Amino acid sequence: MSEWVYQGENLRVVYGRRTVLRVEQLTINAGDLVGIVGPSGAGKSTLLRVLALLEPPTEGVLYFGGRSEPVRWPPPLDLRRRVTMVFQRPLLLTASVFHNVAYGLRARRADNVRARVEQALEMVGLAHMAHAAAHTLSGGELQRVALARALVLEPEVLLLDEPTANLDPYNVSVIEDALKRLRHHNHTTVVLVTHNVFQARRLADRVMFLLDGECVETADAETFFESPKDPRTRAFVRGDMVY
Amino acid sequence: MSAALSGQPIRFARRDRGHPERRWGESCIRPTRDARSRRGRCAINEIWEGLKQAALLLWHLDPEVLQIVAVSLRVSGTALLLSAAIGIPLGAWLGFSRFVGRRLMVALLYTGMGFPPVVVGLFVYLLLSQSGPLGSLNAPWVPRLFTVGAMVVAQVIIAFPLVAGFTMAAVKGVDPNLRQQLISLGATHWQATLAVLREARFGVVVSVIAGFGSIISEVGAVMLVGGNIQGSTRVLTTAIVLETRRGNFSLAIALALILLLLSFLSNVLMLRLQGKTA
Repeated sequence: MSEWVYQGENLRVVYGRRTVLRVEQLTINAGDLVGIVGPSGAGKSTLLRVLALLEPPTEGVLYFGGRSEPVRWPPPLDLRRRVTMVFQRPLLLTASVFHNVAYGLRARRADNVRARVEQALEMVGLAHMAHAAAHTLSGGELQRVALARALVLEPEVLLLDEPTANLDPYNVSVIEDALKRLRHHNHTTVVLVTHNVFQARRLADRVMFLLDGECVETADAETFFESPKDPRTRAFVRGDMVY
Repeated sequence: MSAALSGQPIRFARRDRGHPERRWGESCIRPTRDARSRRGRCAINEIWEGLKQAALLLWHLDPEVLQIVAVSLRVSGTALLLSAAIGIPLGAWLGFSRFVGRRLMVALLYTGMGFPPVVVGLFVYLLLSQSGPLGSLNAPWVPRLFTVGAMVVAQVIIAFPLVAGFTMAAVKGVDPNLRQQLISLGATHWQATLAVLREARFGVVVSVIAGFGSIISEVGAVMLVGGNIQGSTRVLTTAIVLETRRGNFSLAIALALILLLLSFLSNVLMLRLQGKTA
């Protein structure tokens, strides 16, 4: 049996009177790339923020990193630093690309910052732009810098919220290649939220389908796309679900 | 010196011929064009004299003027440092936090931003006077009235709401998701707060400039709690009031020009500092 990174039981997130997330059982194994798919407003980003230890669930228990005791909120810094999240809309500091990518390393007072930043920028094809001002970058370049500043930290878990939304095919391929290389070299656990069913099919080992805040189905990628059990999953995979 | 200012009679227009000795201001009848022209020339002469005297005072490093400038800078500089030390963290905290009573605190802060300095001076006067709640303590940490310390207290109360209010607005202007993104990169809450403040540095510098502008040009409160004592608590603004009352317009203009120059130089310095961090 694989070692798990996350286990969740009866996770619920409620904003005001609205329940935005309801997941009864959640398991994410170490080294897997889990794709979370679903229409807008399904609770994908909320689940990702809970997994990033940025937001506590209103109810339920979350276990992280194989530890027998559940995560306490606010989580301690050492636990938080094992997870890194790339947001859908990357916000960079008003500084150079190098400074932005080095931010997390400097926050940790890490060694060998220059070499590690250059290596991360190389992975996303932006080594030549290290000294460019962040505000001069295009949308695709911004997203690649956001990925680089997460990759440079070599996290145990990498959470990606729609990292390729609104990007052209070239930028999508650069980001997907970087993810493949990361998994190949570091055996990093990746949770990828995406609208794009084809991307989930290309990259994911396991896929979770969220609808209206509820986890409809979780299965390995082949089963999910070839023989989904739930009729709503079938409709979503076939593209019949209008949202 | 002009006829009006020296007390010399001014000749009035034809309708006022029956009272040629009447002074300006005693009648609503308009003075002649010549009289108006003379007064205009006199005002220009006063300004010109003031400019020359300012240049001379600065050139000869007049000890009294230097002493007044030094007290002004000491009072307003200390007050600004204390206001920034209180106002920037307070503004950042109000910008970042959500808690019960925050709205009330923000409303109080906005009230403080518009507080008339002379009212602040009155409160500080009452607090620090011998029969006041703080003055009666005779504690070493309570500044006495008519000292630089009392003036600093009054100026801090005037400036820190401005610094805090503008800092809060600057921090709220930064996308709140940035802080979350930095925390997700492993920054501590303190590191993320500093990074957001750095992003909001333009607004923070503006807050400090606004705070400085409010106290370097303030006269009511420092006059009340400082007393305008020569060689001790006399600052540029109170000296300008005094010299104007005495009729020493040239000296008053000279001091006003020094005050404007100081204000301009401090703003240039802060904008340069801001530019270096950009």
